[in-house]
Amino acid sequence: MPFVLETAGDVVVVAVVGQLVVGNRQEFKQSVLDEVERGARRILVDFSETGYVDSSGLGALVSLNKRLRESGGELRLAALNEDMRTLFELTRLDTLFRLYASRAEALAQF
Amino acid sequence: MSEIVGPISVTILRREWTISSNIVHIEPLVSEVVTLCLEAGLSPRACRLNIPVAFTEALSNAIVCGNNEDEKRNVTAKFELDAASLTLEITDDGDGFDASAVNFSPADGNWLEREDGRGLFLMRSLMDRVELQRPTNGRVGHTVRLVLKRA
Repeated sequence: MPFVLETAGDVVVVAVVGQLVVGNRQEFKQSVLDEVERGARRILVDFSETGYVDSSGLGALVSLNKRLRESGGELRLAALNEDMRTLFELTRLDTLFRLYASRAEALAQF
Repeated sequence: MSEIVGPISVTILRREWTISSNIVHIEPLVSEVVTLCLEAGLSPRACRLNIPVAFTEALSNAIVCGNNEDEKRNVTAKFELDAASLTLEITDDGDGFDASAVNFSPADGNWLEREDGRGLFLMRSLMDRVELQRPTNGRVGHTVRLVLKRA
């Protein structure tokens, strides 16, 4: 299962298991959009079990961030490994998202 | 006095694959290439980040932009690894993509807001050399060549 959705209070946590790439970004995006349609406004994406992300995966995150902001919500990201942090820094997307070291830290500050 | 130098032994590992233009074929092929690279002793970080991401981008461009996901069209991927570098050559069977139209960078004003357009930038950031080759002599198919030097 590439994505695991859980609820922690009013935060929907989406864990990405494996990769977030061109082959599954649509499924990922739709999973989150379904939660937004159901009323979720705080989404946390947990990357602790993620291998790598390509430009399609990054694009999906950017798109969801925009959608949530328009709805008065927010998308935050947690537990990026060193390689993923490099990708976010290269693309400067570390300036767009709030990044947290762990799911617990992100939830505590959401 | 002349010195006779014996042949230099250089092991070159080569592979080639042809896949139809469906994005479901990307991850298994990327995984196979990463396994080859790990077995050949390339750095773990390159095998976790540079190679899978850049190769995914090139395959994705070939399948989605070059071949419009037309499964009757193929993508070929060539792998060559020697003592100095890894070369991955990805060729589509269609119209390719206009590099100048997707040549975005973080300096662009709308960079942080765009959903797409980061693929070429990532390839160039993660590999030592990226070459884009247009077809010649009326042939179809564009080639992206990714080169990563061995540490």
